[in-house]
Order: sequence, then structure tokens, then C-alpha cells
Amino acid sequence: MGLVDDLQRPLDDRERTRREFLAAIGAAAVGAAGLGTAVTSVRFLRPEVLFEAPTRFRVGRAEDIPIGTLVVLPEQRVYLMRAAAGFFAMTAVCTHLGCLTRYEAENGVIFCPCHGSRFATDGAVVNGPAPVPLPRLAITIENGTLVVDTAVTVSRDTVLNV
Amino acid sequence: MNNRVYRSIVRHGPLDTNRNRSLAVFSNFFLHIHPVKVRLRAIAFTRTFYLGGLSAASYLILVVTGVFLMFYYHPSVPRAYEDMKDLQYAVYMGPFLRNLHRWAAHAMVALVFFHMIRVFFAGAYRPPREFNWVIGVVLLVLTVLLSYTGYLLPWDQLAFWGVTVGTNMADAMPVVGPPTKFLLLGGRAVSENALLRFYVLHCVVLPLFLVLGVCVHIWRIRKDGGIYLGLPEARHETANSQLPTPKAQSPKPEAQPAQEAQP
Repeated sequence: MGLVDDLQRPLDDRERTRREFLAAIGAAAVGAAGLGTAVTSVRFLRPEVLFEAPTRFRVGRAEDIPIGTLVVLPEQRVYLMRAAAGFFAMTAVCTHLGCLTRYEAENGVIFCPCHGSRFATDGAVVNGPAPVPLPRLAITIENGTLVVDTAVTVSRDTVLNV
Repeated sequence: MNNRVYRSIVRHGPLDTNRNRSLAVFSNFFLHIHPVKVRLRAIAFTRTFYLGGLSAASYLILVVTGVFLMFYYHPSVPRAYEDMKDLQYAVYMGPFLRNLHRWAAHAMVALVFFHMIRVFFAGAYRPPREFNWVIGVVLLVLTVLLSYTGYLLPWDQLAFWGVTVGTNMADAMPVVGPPTKFLLLGGRAVSENALLRFYVLHCVVLPLFLVLGVCVHIWRIRKDGGIYLGLPEARHETANSQLPTPKAQSPKPEAQPAQEAQP
């Protein structure tokens, strides 16, 4: 039986030829190289260093903020509230689609100009389309200075007593 | 007209025979989009309203005006908005080019949309053209993405918050959402990285993919016998024998009527 007839049979019934073996090795190498290129290309697009504002920042001394005050920090997109129960910080970024909200002191509400969501000063949704309240951010006190970290969210009943 | 240089460029003879008239079409890169002979009802305006061709024409306008705008636009935070204003008020013909780019972009989105409606109601997605419909859907997505990435480049309030909202929509996807948003923006918020990324996508990556897609799209229309003219039986014609039909794939040695072969 000639080689050509032999090649008509399925691979399970006969030995793989040298050509088929090398072709399979070559295809596997091309596949591995392609996969590696795809993975490293996506990885390349993830920046190693971000020139963005640090997530941890100092706000000021606790005793300088009277009870019942909402401090607006537009640079960091954060609200700091001193309620009767204590301090808490929350994001000023709307939970609907990420627009920057603004505090309307005369009405005592936080308002999003993009789609009209309203929040109470404790972050609760007054009216939609925002689906969830404004999350609270980690707040600590270091040598009498309040420090907020926007990268860490805490539960909505967390307050800092000074 | 018979010197060596002219003959090296135009390799067919004078257009006085059918053969030379055919050669004029299929030896020309730009004309070979069409076959040598086209049915009158295939090029009737009311069949296609020329919507696909008009979409391609809008794209051509967008490439030309876009390249002109690129000569004055820097994709950086301190310059982008100023350059856009310069184009609007200081550059010679700047408002014309910018407005033409804008209106052609709106027109292209609308034309692609109407093109797909026309194809849908004509039933032109039927076999063997199903995959060309899929390519058409990809081209629609690319058109919308081009429109969206261009939206950020003026770097005004509308652009900034528009892209903030759009990337937050991507963020809402389960699992893949947050990394997709991070990769798109090159950071946690719309910033200088996002502006540069959207610029590169808008000016290089997406247009290249769109050109590739359009080439395959038009090539497949030619291979499927040109513009869809309805089902063959409705046209009282025989099917194109060059296309792989079930009948052609299983040829019978004797010419028996089909109903006798069935049990």
C-alpha cells in the first residue's frame, strides 16, 4: 500500500507522518505565539502608573467643622458630613451613571445635573434614577486630622466619633 | 493615446468593442466593484435608495475632513478644547471642515441605519447572504463606536460627561465591566489618558477595521451576484449555478425529475 493511500485513513489507524507532526508542532507554536501576543497586548494597555490624584487625602481638623455641616470637596469629589452622631464621608459621584453631583444648601439636597437624581445629606436616594444611595468612604483620624480614602467604601451606618 | 506610457497604465484598446468595454471595467481597480454588466433594475434608485453607497460616501467625506482636522488638533488636555475653538474661529475654512465632519458623521449613522432597514425589509439577508448581514451588523457597531469616540475629542462639558456616562454603562456589565472601563479610559476617570485613547481609536484603529469590513462586505455582494433582486422563483429565473445550492452539491447522474427521487 502506497503512502498516499495510507494518508486517506484516519489518524487513529496509522502513524502520524513526519510532515503532519511538524505541521502540528508549527500550528501549536503559531497558536501559542498568537495567544501570548493577544494577552500581552491587552496587558500593555493597562497603565502601570496613574497620574491621578491620590485616593487618600487629609481634610482638616475635626474641631474646625461644626455639627450639622456638609463640607464639599470638589477636587476629590467627596462630601464630608458632621452629623450629630459623628463624621462620615461619601462620594460626590452619582450612583446612576457617574456624573458629579452638587450640594444645594438652600434645599438641603444633593442633586445630579445629568439625569436629575436627588440624595439626602446622609446619602439616601430621595428620587431616582439613581439605584442605590451614595456609598460612604473610609474615614480615619490621624493626629487630630481627618483622613479620607476614596478607594475604600464602608457600610452606610458607619460614623466616626471624635 | 498609443504611446508606451499610456499603454502601460490603460491596458485595454479603444472602447469600440464589447470586449474592450468589459476590459475597461474589470481591469480597473475602482470600477471592478460592479460587474461588467449590471441589470437596470439592480441600479434602479427605488431598489436600494443607494443607502449603502451613500454610507460609504459619507465615510469618504469623514476621512478627508478628519485628516484635515488632524493637522490642527492636539489630543492633549491643555490643547484639545483650544484647538477645537481655533478650528471654529481662527483656521481658514476651519468651521466648514469641522461642520462637514460633524454633519457627515450624523448622516453616516442615519444612512447605515436606514440601509439596514432597507436590507431587512427586502429580505436581502437570505441565504447565501446571511454572513454579509453579520458583517453589516459589525459595521453598524463600528460606525456607532467611531461616532462615540469622536464625541470626546472637543473636550467640552458635553464630551466629558457624555463619555463619563457611556463608560459607566460599560462598567455596569457583570465581571468584564470594570476592567473594560479601566482599559477604555486608561485610568479610573475620564482624563488625559482617556482623551489620547479615544483619539487613537477614533483616528486609527476603528477606521482601519471599518475599511477592512467594508471591503469584505462589498466583495461578498459581488460574489453573491450583486444586489439582491428577490427570490429566484419570484423572478422566474434559474438560480445562479455558480453558487453552492443543495442541488449542485449532490449531482444526479441521470436527469430525473426531482419528485421521482423522493420516496
